[in-house]
Amino acid sequence: MRQFTKHGKIVWISCLKHSQSKHFGSPLIRLCRFTTPVRCHTIIQCAVVGSGPAGMYCAQRLLKGLERVKIDIYESLPVPFGLVRYGVAPDHPEVKNVTNTFTSILSEDRVEFCGNIHIGKDVRTKMLQEAYHIVILSHGADAERVLGIPGESTAKNVISAREFVGWYNGLPQNRCMQNKLDLECEEAVIVGIGNVALDVSRILLSPIDLLAETDITEESLEVLKKSKIRRLTLLARRGPLQVAFTIKEFREMTKIPDVLTIFDQPEMVSSLQSVIPDLPRPRKRLMDLMLQTSKATVPAAKKEFHIRFLHSPTSFNVDEDGKLCSVTCAINELHPETKKVLSTSSQNTIMGGLAMRSIGYQAIPLESELPFDVHQGIYKHQVGRLEGMPGTYCCGWVQTGPEGVILSTMSNAFALSGTILKDLKSMRIEEKPGLDIVKNYLSAQGHPVVSFEGWRKIDAEEQRRGKAKGKPREKMTDVGEMIQIAI
Amino acid sequence: MAAAIILLRHVLPRTKCIATAYFQPQYLRSYSPVRRNFMQTSPAPKKARVTVTFIRHDGKRLQIQGKEGDSLLDVVVNNDLDLEGFGACEGTLACSTCHLIFKKEDYDRLPDRPSDEELDMLDLAYGLSDTSRLGCQVVLTKDMEGLEVQVPSGTSDARGS
Repeated sequence: MRQFTKHGKIVWISCLKHSQSKHFGSPLIRLCRFTTPVRCHTIIQCAVVGSGPAGMYCAQRLLKGLERVKIDIYESLPVPFGLVRYGVAPDHPEVKNVTNTFTSILSEDRVEFCGNIHIGKDVRTKMLQEAYHIVILSHGADAERVLGIPGESTAKNVISAREFVGWYNGLPQNRCMQNKLDLECEEAVIVGIGNVALDVSRILLSPIDLLAETDITEESLEVLKKSKIRRLTLLARRGPLQVAFTIKEFREMTKIPDVLTIFDQPEMVSSLQSVIPDLPRPRKRLMDLMLQTSKATVPAAKKEFHIRFLHSPTSFNVDEDGKLCSVTCAINELHPETKKVLSTSSQNTIMGGLAMRSIGYQAIPLESELPFDVHQGIYKHQVGRLEGMPGTYCCGWVQTGPEGVILSTMSNAFALSGTILKDLKSMRIEEKPGLDIVKNYLSAQGHPVVSFEGWRKIDAEEQRRGKAKGKPREKMTDVGEMIQIAI
Repeated sequence: MAAAIILLRHVLPRTKCIATAYFQPQYLRSYSPVRRNFMQTSPAPKKARVTVTFIRHDGKRLQIQGKEGDSLLDVVVNNDLDLEGFGACEGTLACSTCHLIFKKEDYDRLPDRPSDEELDMLDLAYGLSDTSRLGCQVVLTKDMEGLEVQVPSGTSDARGS
C-alpha cells in the first residue's frame, strides 16, 4: 500500500491494483492516481478448498492485500473450521478461540462460505480452475498412516486414534464408532508419541466430570463414563530425546488428578541428565520436565499412564473371540550417530484389550489428476505453487505434511499468500465467473449448499442444545440434520 | 454504559495514536484480527497512559498509547494495530502468536517472571530469544513509558533463524 498526498487529500492506492491493470503506466492512470482510487478493474476470483486454519489464514491475508477480491471458501462438511472443530481436544477450549477470528473473516462481504460441497466429488477441481483466477487447496490430511502389521485391521478393538478423535469431537463420518469400541478392558496401548497420542490418553484418563463440561459429544461421554481403563501404555519407536509431543501437552498429563505418569525405563530418562545442558531451550525444558517426572516419588494413584521407549509393534494378538489381548513388540535400538531406528532380535509382549494407532496423519489428493507425491503425502509444489498448474496453490498440511501447531500453519498460510500476491502482479487478469458457475451447476443437480447464514443457524442450535446440559455446545453429528437446520 | 465504553475504546486510541492505525484505509480496518469482549470490562477512569512502540520485523515502528493495567495484547487489539495473526488464542496461553522480544534492560525490569505455562508456549515460537515474552502476559505499568518491543516475524521464512 502506498499513501499519496496532494492538495491536502490522502488517497490510498494499492500498488498491486495498478500493476494488474491493463492501463498500468498509461497517462490516464498516472493522472487519476492522485485523484481517486481506481475502481474499474476486474474482481479477482479466489477459491479456497477447506475451511480449516490454513484456508482461513490464507483468506485473511489475501483480503488484506487485495481490495477487489472475492474469496469463496469451500468445505465438504456443512460446518466450517476443520481441525479446530474436529481435531482440537474438547478440553482445550482456549485453542478454539481462533474461531472468533475465522468467524469475522467469514462474515466479510468479500468472503462467501460454501459448505457441503466436496471438491473432487460434487465439483471437479478442473471446474474451479476454470471459474477462478486463484485456487488454493487447503483441505488438510484426511487419512492416516498405518503400521501394516498382522491383526491391525482384523483384531477387534484395534482402532485408529484419528477416528477416536473424530468420534469424541462429533465428526459425522465417525459417529457410529461406539459400535466397534470397547472400553471394558483395564489395559490399553497407544502406538505413537505425538500430541494426538497424548490427547487421546488425556481423554481416556481424565475424570469424567471435567469432560462433561466440554463440547465433547454426548454419545462419547456416555461410553467414556463406563470406561474401565486404568492402565494406559504409550509405545514410542525411538528414545526419550526423540519424543514428538510438546511440553504443554506433557505437563497436562502429569497434572491430571489421580493419574500417575510412569516411565517404564527410568534409566533411559535419567541418562538424559548429561545431555540436557547442551540442548536448545525448548528441548531442554521438555527433557527437564520428563526427568523430574521420572524422579518423582510414586504415590498410589487410581490410574497409570506409562511411557515405553524403543518399542515397535509387530503384531496384534487376539483371544478366542477375535478380540485384542496383547501387542507383540520388537525392541529397537538407535544408531549411535544417525539416531535411526534399528530393530533388535529381542521381543516384548504388552497386555492390552484396546489398542490405538496414532502414528501420524496423511494427506490424500482431491483427485488423481492433481500432481501428488505419494511418498511424502503432499502435493508436488514449488513454494506452494502446484506443479504444472499455474493459479493453483496448496497450503497447510497438504503442502508441508501433517505436522505442527496452528502457529506453523498460520505462518505457512501467510507465506503462501505473499507468494500469491506476488504472482498476481504478473498474472493477466480477465473476467472470471467464480462462484456463479459452480452454484448453477450444483442447483441443476439439486445439491444443497450451506451458506454462512446456514452455519450460523447450526451454530445457534448447537449452542442452545449445549446450554441445556451445561456445555458450550452439543455438536450435531448428522449431516442430514445439519442441512435441514441450515436451509 | 457498555456502549459508551466501546465508543470510547474506538474513538480515543485512534485520535491519539499516530499515523498507521488512523490512516489505514477502511477495508484494512473492516475486521480486526481479534474481536474480544472479555477484557477491559471496568471503566476505570484515571489510568495513566503509557507510550509503547512495537517494531515489526519489516522495521516499521508502530507507536501507540496503552493504558496502565492493560496487557500488551490488549494494547494491540484495542488499537487495531496492523500485526497479523497476533493473539490468535485471545490471551489464554494456548498459542505463541503474541510473542514479543524485549530489550535486555526492559526484560529484567518486568515485574514478574514468566510462568511455566508461558514458557511452554514460548518454546514453540519462532525466533525465541532469552528476552522473549508473550504479550498477553505482560501488563503495562507507569514506569514502562517509552517501552520498545520487537515483533518477531511469525512466518516460516524466519524458521531456523
